[in-house]
Amino acid sequence: MISESNRSVHTAAPHERWLPRPSLRFVAVWRRNLRVWRKLMVPSLIGHFGEPILYLLAFGYGLGALIGEVSELPYIVFIASGILCSSAMFAASFEGLYSAFTRMHVQQTWAAMLAAPLEVDDIVLGEAIWAASKALISAAAIGCVAVVLGLLSPWGVLLALPLIWLICLAFACMALIVTAVSPSYDFFLYYFTLILTPMLLLSGVFFPLEQLPSLVVSLAYLLPLAHMIEIIRPLVTGGALHVGLLLHLLVPIAYTAVAFCIASWLFRRRLLR
Amino acid sequence: MPEPSTESQQTDAPHRAAEGTRVAEGADAGNTSQECAVLAEALSKRYGDQTVVDRITLAVERGECLGLLGPNGAGKTTTLRMILGLTPYDAGSLQVLGEPIPARAREMRARMGVVPQMDNLDPDFTVRENLFTYASYYGIDRSEAARRVDELLAFANLEEKAQASIASLSGGMKRRLTLARALINAPELIVLDEPSTGLDPQARQHIWQKLRALQRQGLSLLITTHYMEEAERLCDRVAIMDHGRIVACGKPGALIAEHLERYVIELRGDAARHFLATHESQVAPARIREIGETVLLYADQPMPIAESLDGHGLTYLQRPTNLEDLFLQLTGHDLRE
Repeated sequence: MISESNRSVHTAAPHERWLPRPSLRFVAVWRRNLRVWRKLMVPSLIGHFGEPILYLLAFGYGLGALIGEVSELPYIVFIASGILCSSAMFAASFEGLYSAFTRMHVQQTWAAMLAAPLEVDDIVLGEAIWAASKALISAAAIGCVAVVLGLLSPWGVLLALPLIWLICLAFACMALIVTAVSPSYDFFLYYFTLILTPMLLLSGVFFPLEQLPSLVVSLAYLLPLAHMIEIIRPLVTGGALHVGLLLHLLVPIAYTAVAFCIASWLFRRRLLR
Repeated sequence: MPEPSTESQQTDAPHRAAEGTRVAEGADAGNTSQECAVLAEALSKRYGDQTVVDRITLAVERGECLGLLGPNGAGKTTTLRMILGLTPYDAGSLQVLGEPIPARAREMRARMGVVPQMDNLDPDFTVRENLFTYASYYGIDRSEAARRVDELLAFANLEEKAQASIASLSGGMKRRLTLARALINAPELIVLDEPSTGLDPQARQHIWQKLRALQRQGLSLLITTHYMEEAERLCDRVAIMDHGRIVACGKPGALIAEHLERYVIELRGDAARHFLATHESQVAPARIREIGETVLLYADQPMPIAESLDGHGLTYLQRPTNLEDLFLQLTGHDLRE
């Protein structure tokens, strides 16, 4: 009944593709998540403001008083610019891990979407962009506090926000890979222990990278956070800017492209079987 | 068949569905498969070396309600997933609403509705927001969605619950909301996976009433169930699945007549079993089956047997054979886990 001409189309079916082919319908996924966030905005924002501020005060004022200047910046300014980045990274990662897993597995929200004309690729793209948006919200909250405290330049923060969003797509897609292979929430601890925590400690958030052995520095530059800090820190602290900084964007962009393809493929394999 | 794959059609399909128009025009017109809502031929699915669906051939006519019956693990849910384009199949061919699946599953899904076995309503949203959000997945614009949401809330008798949270709904209300959600795109076909499982009798009656109303509007329905009463009440035809195969397909009455005697006498308890052991000749014309405590005597002429049972003072129930008898006849009496 179904002839040869359909066979050729058959080969283009989602489960058989290597590369993702998302459509504009991903916007519906993003908007759904935004609508839920708006309903639960207050506790979420308190979280976004609260924890980083504690870190800022404890490390900045507490430790900063002992340390003085780091890389020609007062320590509290140094660390404010670092926490701006690391908090955004964690916001994107949490969203891509726990929240995405909840929607996929626990609430079956994705199953409901897949019964509508959405494909797995649309959902993965919508989730990745949403997770980066959460990072943007987090960075905006910390940025506000740091500007009000007179630590960071308001124009610098404003310019940094779109870059932070772009870079955090990489963290979102990396987290989604982990979610795609995860049997339960517990599995995420591996990712925290093996990737996120080392990245947080060794990428120049709390102290300059130069303090570390050169081998460790080279390893740090294999991951996106070190590059994020290379770009964002001079931007928000009024440091020297040059076009060469944009080269650091290439690493997160490459991570985004590769991780998005891998995550989509893994999710297709998991959900279309 | 000629493959309708022009760009304009691909982008068009959800839009057409959003307007609630039926897709009879266009490149597909005149195609014989267009008459079928679902057309599966020799469809197979394997997981490893286990064949879950084994060369099934199945057609759902337009405007028909087809019941897919089978014990747990018969392959019903896998069949539904293949029809939705969510499970790739290993062999055979499949068209739904004239679209080849899975190649054009997205376009097809824009024109169909799904009521899944487990409710997957969005717990973060109210009843109304659930419908609105679902409308957005189809790209239905806001004013059109508002009109439809009101209509569907009325259809599902949930107007007073419009602002309620999902957690506050009863099982029956959730199922009605899931059904309303499946209708948001004015679908031509609805697929329901065990629509009344876990509902109390009143809620079940209510959902049946809604499904019959949809049938009268000309929608095609594909229902999986293991409630024979549900199948008998709703389905024009039933397909009985077992071990991944369709073992019988047709109108319930005709299938019963084809496979079974007209009547059955049910006996229970030790006295009945003792009687059978000692007086087997007196029930000789009947076909005897035992299921646990119950003994079933199938016969076209039950009177002589009944008289003999009366003579021995045994209590029994005599009734016409039904779909449940057919189901047990065809799928066996063993417990399925």
